[in-house]
Amino acid sequence: MLEKNDREFQKAKIEWEKNTLDPALSKYSERKDGFQTTSGIKKERIYTNEDLSDSDYVEDLGFPGDYPYTRGVQPTMYRGKFWTMRQYAGFGTAEESNNRYRMLLDQGQTGLSVAFDLPTQIGYDSDDPISYGEVGKVGVAIDSLEDFEILFKGISLDKVSTSMTINAPASVMLAMYIAAAEKQGVGTDYISGTIQNDILKEYVARGTYIFPPEPSIRLITNVFEFCSENVPNWNTISISGYHIREAGSTAAQEVGFTLANAIAYVETAVKAGLDIDKFAPRLSFFFNVHNDFCEEIAKFRCARRLWAKIMKYRFKAENPNSMKLRFHAQTGGSTLTAQQPLNNIVRVTLQAMAAVAGGVQSLHTNSFDEALALPTEVSAGIALKTQQIIAHESGIADVVDAMGGSFYIEKLTEKIEEKSEEYIEKIDSMGGMIKAIDSGYVQREIQRSAYEYQLEIENNDRIIVGVNEFRVSEEDKHDLLKIDMSVQDNQIAKLKKLREKRDNNAVSEKLRQLRDAAETDVNLMPLIIDNVKNYATLGEICNTLREVFGEYRDTAGI
Amino acid sequence: MKEPIRILVGKPGLDGHDRGAKVISSALKDAGMEVIYTGIRQTPEQIVNTAIQEDVEAIGLSILSGAHNILLPKIVELLDKNGAGNIKVFAGGVIPDEDIEFLKDNGISDVFTPGSSLERVVDVIKQTLNRE
Repeated sequence: MLEKNDREFQKAKIEWEKNTLDPALSKYSERKDGFQTTSGIKKERIYTNEDLSDSDYVEDLGFPGDYPYTRGVQPTMYRGKFWTMRQYAGFGTAEESNNRYRMLLDQGQTGLSVAFDLPTQIGYDSDDPISYGEVGKVGVAIDSLEDFEILFKGISLDKVSTSMTINAPASVMLAMYIAAAEKQGVGTDYISGTIQNDILKEYVARGTYIFPPEPSIRLITNVFEFCSENVPNWNTISISGYHIREAGSTAAQEVGFTLANAIAYVETAVKAGLDIDKFAPRLSFFFNVHNDFCEEIAKFRCARRLWAKIMKYRFKAENPNSMKLRFHAQTGGSTLTAQQPLNNIVRVTLQAMAAVAGGVQSLHTNSFDEALALPTEVSAGIALKTQQIIAHESGIADVVDAMGGSFYIEKLTEKIEEKSEEYIEKIDSMGGMIKAIDSGYVQREIQRSAYEYQLEIENNDRIIVGVNEFRVSEEDKHDLLKIDMSVQDNQIAKLKKLREKRDNNAVSEKLRQLRDAAETDVNLMPLIIDNVKNYATLGEICNTLREVFGEYRDTAGI
Repeated sequence: MKEPIRILVGKPGLDGHDRGAKVISSALKDAGMEVIYTGIRQTPEQIVNTAIQEDVEAIGLSILSGAHNILLPKIVELLDKNGAGNIKVFAGGVIPDEDIEFLKDNGISDVFTPGSSLERVVDVIKQTLNRE
């Protein structure tokens, strides 16, 4: 039967080429000589079941909620519950950010996502000279537990899940969250959320590192261990391809480098004696969504399959939850244009559709004005509505993995997986991710892709509407959110008061204990929590650790 | 034949997004310039010291953190103070239109916003330095 089908297929295909395709091509050539994805994968004219002849349904796709999770990590996906709509927000003071969070929750947002300003992300207090001009600019300024108490005022921490984009000082922010929850009467069993806590991508793509890799990964492992015993619903890390992609990588590099980072964390934790099936279920991922609709859907599907295989075969995990790649996605910031900014609403919609079709667990949609400034209340509202329209009106959420089985999507899923695996193998052969970063390999690969992409735009090989084609003269001004210097002044004044009213002897003693412990290999989390509760500031805690761990310096090169 | 243009590309402040700075550096190199790239997280003092040490004619500053109105004029001021006021300073990044005039009034030669073509960046730098 199958053979007969195959013979008929081949016959029909040859006839189509001869009678239909060739005459059309001889009259009208195609728009380009060849088409390819951003990862350099050749796009054929058409895909058929012939392209799937090597694939095995049960082994390669399986059913949703079952290994290898290609079709999704839950059996019913969004038929049960929609993804979490989680908009990244935060700016200025804790009071202002608290207002924005309450506005988003009132509009139906289902999870919080905290953006911190750069001094906070790099472990400096607002009154540190190096913070000058940066306080409250790209996120909220946090100096002590006092700020956290204000940030979550009126928001019950047992009712929302909170994601915090914090890496080098992730342990300190988690400690503050735990302490703030405790003040609300909420115990560690009842809080849920995520800290990004992914330092390796900071060295290659995002830049908010403090300490060298070794002590940084020790802090990460401390968090894994502490949470597996005390904070059962906390995602201890969000291993992030987002920033790697924003820095200019291709989709395949995004998957390859992110999973290679993940491998490095798992290896370190296993080496430290942690039980893989205890900590791995709390690992989570964070990916980008760009414009090539099918490539992005395929990317998410292949990432799930590849991670499941890595956990099962490389790390011998047995708990199915260790093998499930759960991820947050954000639409691609670098795809937004400053020209004709309203067009970005359409880009964001396409990208968000791809994330949902790709089986995302939580999603941030960018606001249309983010190539110009931080989002206003209006633009942030539209971004959230975009997700609600996709969820309730598009119909895409009613079927699990609606794009699965498309000849093209399945082939692309295989191709991206192959390419990502090549990167992982290459990094393995260099001795692992830390060595690959040390040698500058990952940075160079990303940089090369970024430059090639820009040259495509420059040469009009890639059209960006409103940028290198379809330009119009634009006169109208947009309302932009501005952060003024009063934020910094207020923050510094608050800090001064805090240092006057707290028990400074207790703080010095706690910081001394932390310094001593950092010299040994005990878990630092309990001491960090202790410090935070005594209102030691973020800067004081990080400076204490700087004394012991030293600081990372980038050996820049282009 | 004139010597190639020597230009420092730097990232002032705490912002780590260096894609733009690196792409611009590559484009300036391809256009025949000698590029010294400082890497991320540079203070105004570090940038000015490197510029003077490396004897550059121009500085390109990439900044996406919103701290441009504070950090960029500070760099121009430090250059002047150190007798290097002849070094031309360009800026690029997420900089709203309404800040561009302020920056130009404070000694920034030109500002490149998102979507600027590499060709234009190269041309403007050459024209400003009278090196076409």
